Amino acid sequence: MKKAIKHYLLRLADSSLTQSQRLAEWCGHGPFLEEDIALTNVALDLLGHAKLFYEQAAEISEQDVSADDLAFLRDVDQFRNPILTELPRGDFAYTTLKQYFFDQFNVLLYAELMNSQYQPLAEIAEKALKESRYHLTRSRDWCLRLSLSTAEAKQKIQSALDDLYFYTPELFETDDQLKQLLADNVMPDMQALKQQWQQQVDQLLQQCQLQAPTSGWLATGGLRGEHSEYLGYMLADMQFLQRAYPGCEW
Amino acid sequence: MYSQGLQDAKGGQEPEGLLKAFQKRIDNEEKIEPRDWMPEAYRKTLIRQMSQHAHSEIVGQLPEGNWITRAPTLKRKMILLAKVQDEAGHGLYIYSATETLGISRDEMTRQLLSGEAKYSSIFNYPTPSWADMGAIGWLVDGAAIMNQVPLCRASYGPYARSMVRICKEESFHQRQGYDIMTVLARGSRAQKKMAQDALNRFWWPALMMFGPSDKDSTHSAQSMQWKIKRFSNDDLRQKFIDATVPQAEHLGLTIPDKDLKWNEERGHYDFGEIDWQEFIQVIKGNGPCNKQRLAARQKAHDEGEWVRKAAEIYQQNQQDTV
Amino acid sequence: MKLYEIFIRAKSGLNHRHVGSLHAADPQMALQNARDVYTRREEGVSIWVVEAAAITASNPEQSEAWFDPAADKIYRHPTFYPLDEEVDNM
Repeated sequence: MKKAIKHYLLRLADSSLTQSQRLAEWCGHGPFLEEDIALTNVALDLLGHAKLFYEQAAEISEQDVSADDLAFLRDVDQFRNPILTELPRGDFAYTTLKQYFFDQFNVLLYAELMNSQYQPLAEIAEKALKESRYHLTRSRDWCLRLSLSTAEAKQKIQSALDDLYFYTPELFETDDQLKQLLADNVMPDMQALKQQWQQQVDQLLQQCQLQAPTSGWLATGGLRGEHSEYLGYMLADMQFLQRAYPGCEW
Repeated sequence: MYSQGLQDAKGGQEPEGLLKAFQKRIDNEEKIEPRDWMPEAYRKTLIRQMSQHAHSEIVGQLPEGNWITRAPTLKRKMILLAKVQDEAGHGLYIYSATETLGISRDEMTRQLLSGEAKYSSIFNYPTPSWADMGAIGWLVDGAAIMNQVPLCRASYGPYARSMVRICKEESFHQRQGYDIMTVLARGSRAQKKMAQDALNRFWWPALMMFGPSDKDSTHSAQSMQWKIKRFSNDDLRQKFIDATVPQAEHLGLTIPDKDLKWNEERGHYDFGEIDWQEFIQVIKGNGPCNKQRLAARQKAHDEGEWVRKAAEIYQQNQQDTV
Repeated sequence: MKLYEIFIRAKSGLNHRHVGSLHAADPQMALQNARDVYTRREEGVSIWVVEAAAITASNPEQSEAWFDPAADKIYRHPTFYPLDEEVDNM
């Protein structure tokens, strides 16, 4: 079971880290100063979540590894995040909608994980839930602002929806190890979660008067280490110093 | 982070009595508040200095922002993100304080992007190495703190109050920079070289942050009299050098100045001649990164346009439907 | 975007205090921005945002007429009333 838990902790950690890494790209480049600061706060929260998940994964790992080793010394095929979180930051509409999908997912997930039989996970979920709720308020508000304002903004967020929508089912993907964790009450039933998520999303899209696309490439594979081309570039950037100067303290 | 030097503004014709009463308030260490009468030249000087200061914070996000995605550990990434975010916050506090003088943030932004307004020359230097994050925190924030602490007592209330908040928040900035340098200086040979190289590149530009030498600074007297400025450029620069040299020695790093020597008689370090030609060139727009920095700000501004517009229209639509 | 003035209660039991201003398109955004800009270091437990244009302020040019008259009303202060030493901590 330890192996399965570590696998799942990495799924959670990698998701938060990659999402944070993309958001952090906005720091210093936001659409206005207040939003620049706010986006960075979200990036910092997510980085904090990632760190907690990695630390727990390192703790139960059979090898002698640190949280940093897990973040900075694994290659693309060892990352477990869904492809959604590694996608480029795009424009502000793309970032906003991606963030909304992720926040809505996290709020539902962490609320369930608080009841996990695996105590360390329950504790991290409790902390992460508080922050994710705030993130969700923000990203929902921004979806509404962009959708119900100018034609230009509406077009941009609709186009983001067209691009992103079929990346979302992957958030709920499971494998044999995760099924075992469900049986052991470590994690919730992702199908049930998916229904709740879909309901919330449909409601918001309706409020926003946005149309979900009817077809597209259905993303899959992150959990197995099968990723988009984007992740390699992200890791090349993120892991550069650790790779170029192995074994150093920083 | 910091604004550089200070330019004077030409005074208009204002009633002698009001001017005298104003100076008396300043002499009595009374704070001037936004709606109080103030000489036009005082207002203009403040707007210029404060907006330069705010612009410096905003442009100052960029050289360090370079390394956010590449920070070597989770902890360093968090610290750097938080620090660069603080700089945005500090820009915002100072823009807010400047707006109380009757200029809008939009106008200040326009002045920055058009090149009319200046910002600290230090941010026009590149940050090619991780050690630059250390050098900037240690030296650039160190120099900024020397400048900013006296500004907490500036005569203009909103400026002084924003500086109090900023100084409080910035206290960790210099330390985290020195911490990066410490780890590098005690690390591998390559890391130590990285640290020394960053010190070599940032030492002189950091000294230039204090502005021209007193003998060449024609604008200081009036600002001193108005208590917008409390110490001369040269005094602050000397203070910075005296504080920093032992910190470099402690790390086993060498300050790149062959004329640097303790002067027993003066009780200060003597130091070499600053290349003021370089300073003037960078201020004029001919530094290594002037174009990139402004282009990055322009791009963010342009790409944010539709977002700001959308937020406003949404608010109007909401009000219309109520 | 509009200018909002921000007031923060540092902890329960204290008044909201003016801390600065920021720009936002609507009050909800102003609140969220205030949270992100002004409470990054646990500076507050409650936030008020007020559109700057909605504030009516006294005129500093009238401050003598308005505020100086209070200066000679010393009988409003307890120190105006000397007490015998035996009961001085009243």
